[in-house]
Amino acid sequence: MELDVLGLSRFQFASTSIFHFFFVSLTVGLAFLIAVMETFAYVRKDRARLYGNMTNFFGHLFLINFAVGVVTGIVQEFQFGMNWSEYSRFVGNIFGVPLALEVLMAFFLESTFIALWWFGKDRLPPWARLGSIWLVAIGTQISAFWIVLANAWMHHPVGYRVVGEQAFLTSFPAVVFNYKAWLYFAHVQGSAWTVAAFFVLGISAYHLLRRQNVDVFSRSLRIGLVFAATGTVFSISSGHREAQVARYDQPMKFAAMEAQWQTSESPAPWSAIASINMAERRNDFSVEIPYLGSLLAYNSLHGNYQGIIPLQQQYERTLGPGNYIPPVPWVYWNFRIMVGIGTLLLLAAYGGLFLWWRQREALNGTRWYLRVLLLLIPLPWVANFCGWITTEMGRQPFMVYGLLTVQEGVSANTTAEVLVGLIGLWVVYLALIGLDIYLLTVTARAGIHDKPEAQILAAPAPSYTGEGFQGYERRD
Amino acid sequence: MDLVALWFWLIALTFTLYFFLEGFDFGVDILRPFLAKNEAEERALVGTIGPFWDGNEVWVIAAAGVMFSTFPVWYGALFSGMYSVFVIILLALLLRGVSFEYRNQVDQPRWRNFWDWMSFLGSIIPAFFWGVTMAKLIEGLPINADERVLSGFLQLFTPFSVVGGLATLLLFMLHGANFLLLRLHKDTGLYERARAAALFWGALATVAILAFVVMGYVVEGLFTTFGVLPWVFPILAALTLGSIWYGLSTKRDVLAFLMSSLTIVFSTVTIFIALYTRQVVLPSTLDPAFSLGLRASASQPYTLVLMTWVGGIFLPLIVGYQIWNYYVFRERVRPDEGGLNKGYD
Repeated sequence: MELDVLGLSRFQFASTSIFHFFFVSLTVGLAFLIAVMETFAYVRKDRARLYGNMTNFFGHLFLINFAVGVVTGIVQEFQFGMNWSEYSRFVGNIFGVPLALEVLMAFFLESTFIALWWFGKDRLPPWARLGSIWLVAIGTQISAFWIVLANAWMHHPVGYRVVGEQAFLTSFPAVVFNYKAWLYFAHVQGSAWTVAAFFVLGISAYHLLRRQNVDVFSRSLRIGLVFAATGTVFSISSGHREAQVARYDQPMKFAAMEAQWQTSESPAPWSAIASINMAERRNDFSVEIPYLGSLLAYNSLHGNYQGIIPLQQQYERTLGPGNYIPPVPWVYWNFRIMVGIGTLLLLAAYGGLFLWWRQREALNGTRWYLRVLLLLIPLPWVANFCGWITTEMGRQPFMVYGLLTVQEGVSANTTAEVLVGLIGLWVVYLALIGLDIYLLTVTARAGIHDKPEAQILAAPAPSYTGEGFQGYERRD
Repeated sequence: MDLVALWFWLIALTFTLYFFLEGFDFGVDILRPFLAKNEAEERALVGTIGPFWDGNEVWVIAAAGVMFSTFPVWYGALFSGMYSVFVIILLALLLRGVSFEYRNQVDQPRWRNFWDWMSFLGSIIPAFFWGVTMAKLIEGLPINADERVLSGFLQLFTPFSVVGGLATLLLFMLHGANFLLLRLHKDTGLYERARAAALFWGALATVAILAFVVMGYVVEGLFTTFGVLPWVFPILAALTLGSIWYGLSTKRDVLAFLMSSLTIVFSTVTIFIALYTRQVVLPSTLDPAFSLGLRASASQPYTLVLMTWVGGIFLPLIVGYQIWNYYVFRERVRPDEGGLNKGYD
């Protein structure tokens, strides 16, 4: 990367997106889990306080994280104009619409009803309180949908026509029903559920290992398992399909994911480890598994795919001279780490379901399994970052695939101001991530206790006496 | 009125709502160190805006999002042209946004004190720089023939934009004090101090607004393109001051708040009228011919029609549930009850 406006702006965009997604993936998933927990409190009136405590506990963690997700979202939105004004001018007609929809349909909903839910616990009737957390949960999903749809449009532009220096929207339905968007949405959604599920699983396991509040945490463990099982299957199956469609709508990305320099033969092998030599455009060595490449790309034992070098020649013919090869090692390795972690998480989730199916007590008492869950907490995040790097780096040098390169989209800023802004953002973001992790950890470890005065200094939590859930109980 | 004009005015509306709403929560945060004498009062003051600030802030995200989709050229030029100022605003808003949540997470005075500073700085900085931004919107940015904006950080500060920033900041402080009069329990020392603050900062705010209006008239020819008499606005400002004095001395809190709200509405709308009458969304300081025209900067009709449907459905809905939010938390806050939230602190 070069230290010019373009290089710095790219780095700025990547940092903002990855930092933002650190917080948001947890928010999007956890909102749903908490809404489910509170629904249990509402429905199981005899256990209202138990589920109420669960909701309060995880709700407290949710709020710590939510605030940062909201504020980093503003940066995410503003940077299109600030760093990529030429891009904004080119596609604002189209790209701005899902962004505006995200704000109008989701941001207002989330920010207003989160306040009603948390602060309004002694002011609202139970149904309105429960409704508020569901609106927050739905809001986060709507928000994820529109931003992912906007991102998918950059990967696979549809429903537009280029006139002069601008791309004009010709069909909004085409943009909404972009198959790429729905695949991305399923994938991002599944990943967010996975992040939140393993977060809840790890924390529940921590307290079960210490035999604290077993009645609450054995239940949150089971709720978490259901979400983990659903989330991992969603993200793996949609991710598999995503890679398959990339083979024909972003062939260069697909080739980079497989480090395939020449067009493969049929049946194609799959490379598990490769030493990639970018300068000479070849792999120094590659450990290959026969047939697996075709199987993954086509769900069949036949079929080949194009290599990077023929694709480069093809792009030069159609789009003019230039380097259309993305940074292959980044795409290749991040893809493999993501897939590896995804498989591990799937096994962990279904292993848990198996223990649960055998016997309920087996789940609470299998200490090695609970320890594994504790260690797995950070892994879904790592997989997420690797996934974003794979898909975004694989799109290089294009900003809008096949239409606009990043070079053409950047603002006319000076290097100094972009650099200073970038440093400022990094300092603040690193501080926020550090604080977020610190506060989540101490709050999660403090656990649930009935007496507020017994709480540790760093995490003065709500008093967990079913606070705010009195109204949910059965009135005899 | 055609769709381009409609969306221009809807952008004006979202900015106006943003300054009106977030204006008072900025103001409360800026006044907090001056008003609170102990932790209970500190919490009471946070409690007055606790359930509202987040929803208020979304209006600026809405303004930017709507601008992006309906006036992409304007959005790109303004946001890249004001790059350094927006970076500062964003960093300040980042720290402010987490301060409310984080200040009560660790039970130590030093920790709370740190976050109180963050929320003070996180309010005073955007309050000033949004004023600068609005002033630059009239004054213009160095736009070249390619419609690219080439401006450095220091170029963004002119006497006019600095006075604009100060006027906005002081006005928000007055507005915040007036909001507190509606939100605090009346028989508390805090309430009386908020009233004194409203009088003091209100007087300074009026001076700053008058200075801004006069400079706008003399330097920028702000009102000369209006069909309205140029001195209507100074008169309105003077009336505002008078009515706030009257409202405060006769304990008509609603009147005082209404007047500071109207001042914000008039000031913001004035800026957009100035642009609209010239049919320009962002003037160029290099050559008037390079200014971004209203119509040339807008999206094509398909997008505008689509956005009109979206806005027509969702804007009233948002206003509706936000009003409900204010209604649910209408109760005045007492410092001795630990602020707004009894179960959580």
